[in-house]
Amino acid sequence: MYIENYEPQRDQPGQQKSRLYWQCRRGMLELDSLLQDFFKQQFDALTAQQRASFELLLQSPDDLLLEYLMGRVVPMDAGMSDVVAKIRQSVTV
Amino acid sequence: MAIAKRKFDSLVIGAGGGGLRAALQLSRAEATVAVVSKVFPTRSHTVAAQGGMNAALANVLPDNWHWHMYDTVKGSDYLGDQDAIEYMCRAASHCVIELEHSGVPFSRLDNGKIYQRPFGGQSQNFGGDQAARTCAAADRTGHAILHALYQQNIRAKTHFFDEYFAVDLLKDDEGYVLGALVLDIETGEPLIIEAKTTLLATGGVGQLFRTNTNARINTGDGMAMALRAGIPVQDMEFFQFHPTGIAGKGMLITEGVRGEGGYLINKDGERFMERYAPHARDLASRDIVSRAIAIEVREGRGCGPRGDHVLLKLDHLGADVIHKRLPGIRETAITFVHVDPVDTPIPVFPTAHYTMGGIPTNRFGQVVAPLGQLVEEPVPGLYAAGECACVSVHGANRLGGNSLLDIIVFGRAAGNHIIGYLQENHYHRPLHADSVDRGMQRLARWDQQGDGESVDNLRMELQREMENHCGVFRTAEVLQDGVVKIKAIEQRLQHARIKDHSKIFNTARIEAMELENMVDLALATVISAQARQESRGAHSRVDFPERDDVHWMKHTLFFKEGYKLDYKPVRTKPLSVDSFPPQKRVY
Ligand SMILES: Cc1cc2nc3c(=O)[nH]c(=O)nc-3n(C[C@H](O)[C@H](O)[C@H](O)COP(=O)(O)OP(=O)(O)OC[C@H]3O[C@@H](n4cnc5c(N)ncnc54)[C@H](O)[C@@H]3O)c2cc1C
Repeated sequence: MYIENYEPQRDQPGQQKSRLYWQCRRGMLELDSLLQDFFKQQFDALTAQQRASFELLLQSPDDLLLEYLMGRVVPMDAGMSDVVAKIRQSVTV
Repeated sequence: MAIAKRKFDSLVIGAGGGGLRAALQLSRAEATVAVVSKVFPTRSHTVAAQGGMNAALANVLPDNWHWHMYDTVKGSDYLGDQDAIEYMCRAASHCVIELEHSGVPFSRLDNGKIYQRPFGGQSQNFGGDQAARTCAAADRTGHAILHALYQQNIRAKTHFFDEYFAVDLLKDDEGYVLGALVLDIETGEPLIIEAKTTLLATGGVGQLFRTNTNARINTGDGMAMALRAGIPVQDMEFFQFHPTGIAGKGMLITEGVRGEGGYLINKDGERFMERYAPHARDLASRDIVSRAIAIEVREGRGCGPRGDHVLLKLDHLGADVIHKRLPGIRETAITFVHVDPVDTPIPVFPTAHYTMGGIPTNRFGQVVAPLGQLVEEPVPGLYAAGECACVSVHGANRLGGNSLLDIIVFGRAAGNHIIGYLQENHYHRPLHADSVDRGMQRLARWDQQGDGESVDNLRMELQREMENHCGVFRTAEVLQDGVVKIKAIEQRLQHARIKDHSKIFNTARIEAMELENMVDLALATVISAQARQESRGAHSRVDFPERDDVHWMKHTLFFKEGYKLDYKPVRTKPLSVDSFPPQKRVY
């Protein structure tokens, strides 16, 4: 049995954390490494406001995200630039 | 359970440069096109390509497509198919200009023409002086191409299924491919996409190795889908290691650094590439530089407390050149190893970079397999393009800048061939219930409850074994050991379980299916490598150091069923020019 011409329901309340984790999957190893590793280590400890900034950050296109996370461009939004700094600090050699 | 269903003329699985270029060709021809991508399209791995795209535009130095063809055949270590290579090199200039017209902002020379930089393996006049053939949009060529193609597709009304995971191909008893079963990652619901043609453009499988340059989404899903549909994968033993990845982390330091004058040194400060490739030195092709670095380390001339890497020196270029020409590299080094290359060299080691092998196709993008009497029969309704395909223009070794070219040229060619197919095949064939059931079983398998091995641990083990047993150096013993180890992982995977059985954005389930895909491809790679008793291009055997054209100038085909191997001849006859007979490959 099949449902013809299916249109997905996109307005259901997603599980926020899982959804954000999927958004950490990007087109470059550099971003994957920074975002996913940070997410696993620190997401649970973020405040609600920091989480919101992190979510906003993830909406940036890959090239801009790379600029932010490589320290070439500082985001205008103070919350976002704070999260970027946290991500950069989380890298271990 | 009722499964949702959609119908299109054409299905494209993968929204990197290859998939988007094909989709654009189709949408512009007014076919209905569905593009499925597990991540948002502009997050596809094509975004990572920094260096550029080759085309003999001759804007900086004299050049022509025939020289480009020679370099590609030679670079492939004579395993590339010369008909496809001629086709690609001839189409290159046109494709670059087409991209420019689609909105790709290529960097310019002062005279207004497209800037071109020198890359490894490029020559003028069939092996003469260094050529400058790589067109770039600063160091974001892939990003620029991907965004331009995405925008053009939106304009052409391509239908995107973003964040859908393709599970399996649907096929009928006569062997026609009818579309695919996909999973809506957000809702966890399956969906059948029926189509008269299906194009696989799912990219490479760099995640097979622990140290690699690839995005973590590069798990070879399309290749594994083909394997499960009874189609072989070709030349999987040829995996390109990029010579300069950040040691221990994998991130790529582009060849452009050496193009601009950076060079490699060992712990004695020696510029060792002079010993391995006296003419081309640090710009020799990737396999040669990778092997040289590995030998330096093996023979005790590696740097650092563990002697496990060499150094890439660029401080002599001066801060100005580094800032102007290599803007991304400095930040990469500072961010990931806390080193500023303006005054300190970067620790580097070979890192898995590019999958030369893949789904066998002809130069029209049709998937071809030995189905009956012929070695190459098209699988009806199925196409492949881009890194997941093996057309084969890269043969045993890909030249830098030829992959963006490959995905654009053959994405476009596949689109054109599909248009012809659609003109002759007006109707959808009936959906095949057994095929749907098989795909659904694959999904259901991960609903099993209880204790079992963790997918994360198995993946890490797989990547480590592949690095240790199927990396830059290969011998019979090492590979045999690898085959045993990967087969054991395949067995253990049967007993793996995931803990999260939720529906919405269940990453665990996706990662489990990606691991299944990778295990099949790991077996294909290590078994193909074990069988090939020669060294050619990226496949380097310590116990068979020479290339053996008498016995091994042929393509490997690996089938999932019974781990069977088969071979087919290299297509040495180009379309219009004389063939380039195998010669010793010196740079
Ligand atoms: C760091 C780096 C730098 C590079 N630089 C250059 C360069 O300068 N020049 C050059 O020529 N080449 C370069 N390359 C190689 C080149 O970028 C790639 O070979 C090329 O972009 C591959 O494009 P593609 O279209 O085949 O696949 P990708 O861009 O990898 O896209 C694959 C698509 O398939 C989708 N997909 C995969 N599996 C599934 C599934 N199961 N379900 C749904 N969707 C799926 C993904 O979401 C994605 O949209 C570089 C590679 C790397 C790693």
